[in-house]
Amino acid sequence: MDIQGIHSILLERFGESVVGSQTFKAIDPWIQVSAASIVEVCTFLRDDSRLLFNHLNDLCGVDYFEPDAKKAAKFGHEPHVEVVYHLSSLKQRHQLKLKVVVPRWKDNVEGQLPVVPSLSAVFGIANWHEREAYDLMGIHFEGHPNLRRILCPEDWIGHPMRKDYAFPLEYHGVRGR
Amino acid sequence: MSLQIEDPRIVEFDVQTDEMLVNMGPQHPSTHGVLRLLLRTDGEIVHECTPHIGYLHRCAEKIGENLSPPQYIPYTDRMDYLAAMNMNLGFALAVEKLIGMEVPEKAVHLRVLIAEIGRIASHLVGMGTYGLDLGTFSPFLYAFREREIILDLFEEVCGARLTYSYITIGGATHDLPDEIEMPDGLASLIGKHKGERLPFLDVIEIFLQWLELRIREYHTLLTKNMIFISRTAGLGILSPEMAVSYGCTGPVLRGSGVDFDLRRDGEAIYTRMYKGYDFEVPVAPFKEAPREVIVGDNWCRFYVRMMEVVQAIRLVRQAIPKYKAATGSYREPFKMNTKLPKDEVYLETEAPRGQMGFYVVGNGEGNPLRLRAKSSCFCNVSVTDQICQGVPLADIPAIVGSLDIVMGEIDR
Repeated sequence: MDIQGIHSILLERFGESVVGSQTFKAIDPWIQVSAASIVEVCTFLRDDSRLLFNHLNDLCGVDYFEPDAKKAAKFGHEPHVEVVYHLSSLKQRHQLKLKVVVPRWKDNVEGQLPVVPSLSAVFGIANWHEREAYDLMGIHFEGHPNLRRILCPEDWIGHPMRKDYAFPLEYHGVRGR
Repeated sequence: MSLQIEDPRIVEFDVQTDEMLVNMGPQHPSTHGVLRLLLRTDGEIVHECTPHIGYLHRCAEKIGENLSPPQYIPYTDRMDYLAAMNMNLGFALAVEKLIGMEVPEKAVHLRVLIAEIGRIASHLVGMGTYGLDLGTFSPFLYAFREREIILDLFEEVCGARLTYSYITIGGATHDLPDEIEMPDGLASLIGKHKGERLPFLDVIEIFLQWLELRIREYHTLLTKNMIFISRTAGLGILSPEMAVSYGCTGPVLRGSGVDFDLRRDGEAIYTRMYKGYDFEVPVAPFKEAPREVIVGDNWCRFYVRMMEVVQAIRLVRQAIPKYKAATGSYREPFKMNTKLPKDEVYLETEAPRGQMGFYVVGNGEGNPLRLRAKSSCFCNVSVTDQICQGVPLADIPAIVGSLDIVMGEIDR
């Protein structure tokens, strides 16, 4: 099924408050979903007999931010963080990209991680992918059973894939620069 | 109320000892690199197996944001360093999809040829080290003998033996050599052609003929060996539902009986490469499997890899005449000052260990805004806890080994 078909099914089921704008012109078109209902949408996508998106290929965060003030004018995106879900169906052989857009910091307070509901009850692999997104991108997945760092050490400070991440000068007596 | 058990054959299973936490790794020889497994054991029985990863994290994604795509190719080598050609291919295809580049026909067949030889080399290591995990040393020596010849051939192709950076955006860095000196290793194994100069494609054909006969020996050594079967069959069973839910791909998924291979079912830009090629996708259950084997166990995963070597040989054989007949260049030039469009692509390819995905976000500049490498082994190892529950401690290496993980790819 193509993206337009999937979009109209989702729009019919959830309405415009949940299923937002979509870009069919991109190479890989995507559908934007509101953060609060991502679990419902993914459960529906997984279980609906027309769609059967049973495989979560990838889950990652993207930080849209330009730390350099000179380049910021040309950047062309409002600062925000996206969580990108790549789903596919092993039975129907089709693919889908979902996006959840959240502010870079919760309530615009720096250091407060943005919150997205966890998909770990829908797809088993979401558990580890969300831990990685939390570790590297700094997104808090609400309802995750074990949201700890996965690639960085447990006592690491900061989220390295953020564009404004400052490299540490020192870690346990090892010089950083 | 106590139940009297009189039948001596019934063993009482509710005997328990103190729980013990056992750290296996990160320097354990059978964890394939720096994987640490934290085992919660009751005597010999493992109740929980928590993998801890990240000991080889090299910030590959962060580095990708500061480099242009051709500069990033060497970093993809170091992800799955046992199948570097396939990693190069996956990244190159993703960038080509983003900038809308068409690859010449000759480069397509060259890529199929090289990628499938890379798959053979990777599965040979998988087979050899799995033997090591189970305590038999000899298959490892045979597998590395064969792999050595592939490395010799790759050295003639691109000069490197492990991190090739050969397949690049638009094709490959060089064309295949016309004529090479017969590698000493292969010449001494087949007992002729020592020091002789032969056409490169003929050397590959000589090697494939020789390798094809060796596969029967591997089956005698491992696949049909009674000790091997009793260590692998019926152990570490991964149900198809769980395999799909945990995002397992590659031989792990097909060993669980799910018929899915991106070379056949993937996106058009990838399946186009394999158009006109005739190959099968080995999927469990197998007719020739021993009686004890259950779909989704260690033996099935291992056997899928063995069968994929046979299919890879077939593919290389078909690629040779196609490459010879193809016209055009081996490479479509990629300008170093190319700006990536304001768009994003995600592309998965079938690497030997599963589906390797690259997600590239461009923003009108030379360097991508975000580069994400989705690792297949990362998903495959996440299922360890589910399939290691209730097995004896000694079977943990057998189960983890059958997933065939490479830490370089997991930690990136």
